[in-house]
This record gives sequence, structure tokens and C-alpha cells, in this order.
Amino acid sequence: MIELKQLTKQYGKAGRMTTALSGLNLSIEKGEIFGVIGHSGAGKSTLIRCMNLLERPTSGEVWVGGVNLTSLGKKQLQAERRKIGMIFQHFNLLSSATVYDNIAFPLRLIKTSKADIERKVSELLNLVGLAEHRDKYPSQLSGGQKQRVGIARALASDPEVLLCDEATSALDPQTTDSILRLLLDINKKFNLTIVLITHEMHVIQSICDRVAVIHQGGIVEQGPVTEVFLKPKHEVTREFIRQEMDNGDALRLALQGQDGSSSQAVQITFLGSKTYESILSHTVHETGVNFAILQGTISTIKETPYGQLIVRFEGSKGAIEDTIRRLLDQGLDVEVIH
Amino acid sequence: MLGLDFSQVDWNEIGTATLDTLRMLGASALFSFIIGLPIGVLLYMAARSTSGFVRFGYSILSFIVNILRSVPFIILIVAMIPITKSIVGVSYGVLGTIPPLVVGAAPFFARLVETALNEVDKGVIEAAHAMGSSTSQIVWRVLLPEARPGLLAGMTITIVTLVSYTAMSGQVGGGGLGDLAIKYGYYRYETEIMILAVVLMIVLVQLLQMAGDRLVRHFTRK
Repeated sequence: MIELKQLTKQYGKAGRMTTALSGLNLSIEKGEIFGVIGHSGAGKSTLIRCMNLLERPTSGEVWVGGVNLTSLGKKQLQAERRKIGMIFQHFNLLSSATVYDNIAFPLRLIKTSKADIERKVSELLNLVGLAEHRDKYPSQLSGGQKQRVGIARALASDPEVLLCDEATSALDPQTTDSILRLLLDINKKFNLTIVLITHEMHVIQSICDRVAVIHQGGIVEQGPVTEVFLKPKHEVTREFIRQEMDNGDALRLALQGQDGSSSQAVQITFLGSKTYESILSHTVHETGVNFAILQGTISTIKETPYGQLIVRFEGSKGAIEDTIRRLLDQGLDVEVIH
Repeated sequence: MLGLDFSQVDWNEIGTATLDTLRMLGASALFSFIIGLPIGVLLYMAARSTSGFVRFGYSILSFIVNILRSVPFIILIVAMIPITKSIVGVSYGVLGTIPPLVVGAAPFFARLVETALNEVDKGVIEAAHAMGSSTSQIVWRVLLPEARPGLLAGMTITIVTLVSYTAMSGQVGGGGLGDLAIKYGYYRYETEIMILAVVLMIVLVQLLQMAGDRLVRHFTRK
């Protein structure tokens, strides 16, 4: 659906160039929710703004829905942009227009008939749950309501892609969750491809199918969220996940003072339906190993349940090795950490 | 009271002068807005162009606007006499003052328009671009509606400035309240008429300012 080829973006004049993106390649499938996570200044904002050419890349190509946007003239680009919805961190609604008129804006650009506008806008107002606010002005709405208007406006022209530029960063946690749920709903309902950029791992974990980690203008790691989240490879990714799990200090404390001869700390990862099975309990029962839980999480990534336990096995060396082997055989992921 | 005697005042003359002032104001404000608004939009757009050629055009236009704004109005009236004649046929009276008033006020208003447009949230313009708006759609559907309170405030300032300009145009026999104040009060020491004319102008400015503020408040949604 979206294909970025050798995308490079540089700012400034010769001699004092800063490079925001350097030769970045990315491919996003139709119907998926794709997240890009990175620190501020990593280039993620530039990246998403290149997808509808709000920023023109210095070199490289941007393909959306089989069309090379970078090759288009002004008029054709305007037409293509109508198929790409976008929502923003600060909502960017017209302060002089009502909720209704804001949502009708993209429809009026293409001279839609009054009756069609009325029908479409009413439908969207219901979808985002703002039917009773149709005649209010943005200043009379809360942040979450404003973003709902933004989403309705972005959907008005029946886009194939929705770009979310830090769409929840200005919202409180509860409102963030409700907006994320709405995005997930419309992704399913309309099979809409959603690209979102964020600096919060929580956002990625809640709704994304795949994630790319951007650092210093390039993608350092990408893949299905379950994979990247549970087995991060790059240091930047680990850092984001550590923030989310907040397990650094507590774990160090738990791992202190072990002799290592008769005990072994391991990280066990459960994924999908295995999360709720009593695999660990059965296995230790069979091998006669005891365990203490040092740390654990059971949660979901998008709608996939997962569990991650750090446990200390106690028993003979052979029995511990046997336990680990059995767990691996049953499809769990086990990593020895101490 | 203060030794003033208002019984000798020719109210007819006051009435005519008031009407003349209103006519000069109405016509010159109308044309200043019609001419100044597009120039202001042009200034705003040209300053943001990616083309170096257009930005060069901006510096030229900006320079012309600055020149017109720095020429003292009284000199503008005299300097424009031939042009005024060729446009409206005469260089005196109510009609003769309108071209110099417009040339004096339109560049001023254009700058106020540019300032008001600069205040429009960049994010909203960006969102309009992202939705596939053309340049003219951005001007008509985003810039002007979003800047409406600022534009109305600019119109108010312009029209109030025009009140004092019309007073100066008395120098070329322009008529109106300012002319009356100078002719009777300054040259003939008829203090009563001068006071009346000045008071009427104060009232006029107050009313215009109040009406303008009201409109601005009505359209402010922030």
C-alpha cells in the first residue's frame, strides 16, 4: 500500500545540512496498522509527512496505492492526497468552523452536493460519537473530542490510508485509549491502512500489527509487534520497552546474591493461547525443579495475549537443563539470563 | 459657560459636513478594503513561496507598500492631484479626496491583512494541504475565515485612521467635519463650530471602534 524507496531528506543549505532521513526503505501492507516509534528528532515526523508529501524528500520515491507521488504534478498530487487521510497531534481543526463544517471540509473541496454532505457527515458524527456536538466550535470541545472530529474529517473523503502524526501525544492516558480503540475499530470496519508515529511503546502495543523503530534517520529494527516487543534486538528498542515495563532496578535486586551452582534465572515468554495454559507448573512437577518468580507480566499486544516471566529455577543442574528443554519443546521461548 | 455661544452655529452646515465626512469615509474605506485585501493576501503568499523569483516579487511589493505608507498624507494629496483628476475628473471636493484617501489607506490595510493572515495557525493550513486543497481553496476556505477576527480588527483600525485622513483632506477643499473645524475654528476663530466638529469626530470614532470591537468579538471562536 505504501512503499518508501531510498528516502532521503536533508534540511538547510549546502555546508550546513542536517539529515532527517537517510536512504530509508519501508513497505506497509494494505489493511495493517503500522507503527513507527522513535525519540523526538529521530526523523519519524519527517517520515510520516513524506508519505503525503507535506515534506518533499530530497531524493527517493514515495509510492501510495500504486502511484508514485514524487512524480506527480500539483493537480494530480492534490487528487491523490484526498485518498490519504491525516490526523495531527494538535488536531488542526478550523477554529472558525463548527464540528459539522470541519468534517464537511474535504467534501466541499470536491463540490459534493449538499444532501450527500449531510448524509456523510451525519454518518461520521455517529461513528465517532459526536452527534450531539455537531454545531459546536472546536474551542468548546475537549482534546479527545477534537481528535474525534479530526478522525471524522480524515475519513470524510473515504481514504485508503490514514496517517496519524503523534495523534494521541497531546491526550491524557484514558482519552488516548479511547482514541486508539476508535482507530482499531475503523481499521477493521473499513479495512483502512493506518500508519502512526509515536514515542510511546504503549500505543504500539495497543493497536499495531507491525512496528518499525527509527533512530538517527534510519530504521534500526522492524517486524511484527509481538516479535519486536518480546525479543528486541536493537538497544533503542530495548530502551522503549524498558520504559513501558519499568523492570530495570527491581530485577537487578532480585538477581543479586545467587551462587549460581544450584539455581538458574531464566526469562520465559508465552505467546497466544499458551499464555493461559499451565505449562510451567506441569513441567516443574515432572522434573522436580522448584521455582521462584522474580518478575512477571501478563498482558496483550494488540489482541494477542502474552506473558513474560523471569523465574529462578532451583534444583540440580541436570534437572534445570531438562526443564528448559521441555519448555522449549512445548513452544515457549526461554532465555537464560544469569 | 466658558464664554461659548452655540446659538450662532449654522446647524445646516454641520449636517452637510457630517454627511460629507460619512460619504468620504464610506467610499474610501470600501475601496481601501477592496484593493488592500488582495494585496495583503498576495504579500502573505509571496513571502511563503518556495520560488526565489516570487520572493523577489514580494520584496518589491513590500517596498512599494512601505513607500506609500511613509509619504505624509498631506503630501500624497498634493502629489496625486493629476492622477486624481484623471480618475474622478476633479481634484477637490468629496470626490477629489477619495483617490488619495484610498492610496493612503489601502497599503496600510494590506499590511494589517498580512499581519492577520500571519496569525492563522500553520497546522490548519497544513491540514488543508493534506486534504488536497488547491491554493485558492486555502485562501478562501481557510485563510480568510480563520483570520476573520483579525481582518475585522484591521478594518476598524483602517476606518478610524481614515477619519483623521478625511480631516486633513480639508486642505484641498475636501469638505467634511475636519475641513469645517479648520476653516471656522482655526482661520476664523469661531471656537464653537470647531468644538462641535471635533466632538462629532470623536463620537464618530468611538462608534466605529465600538462597532468594530463588537464584530471582532462576535466572530472570535478561540
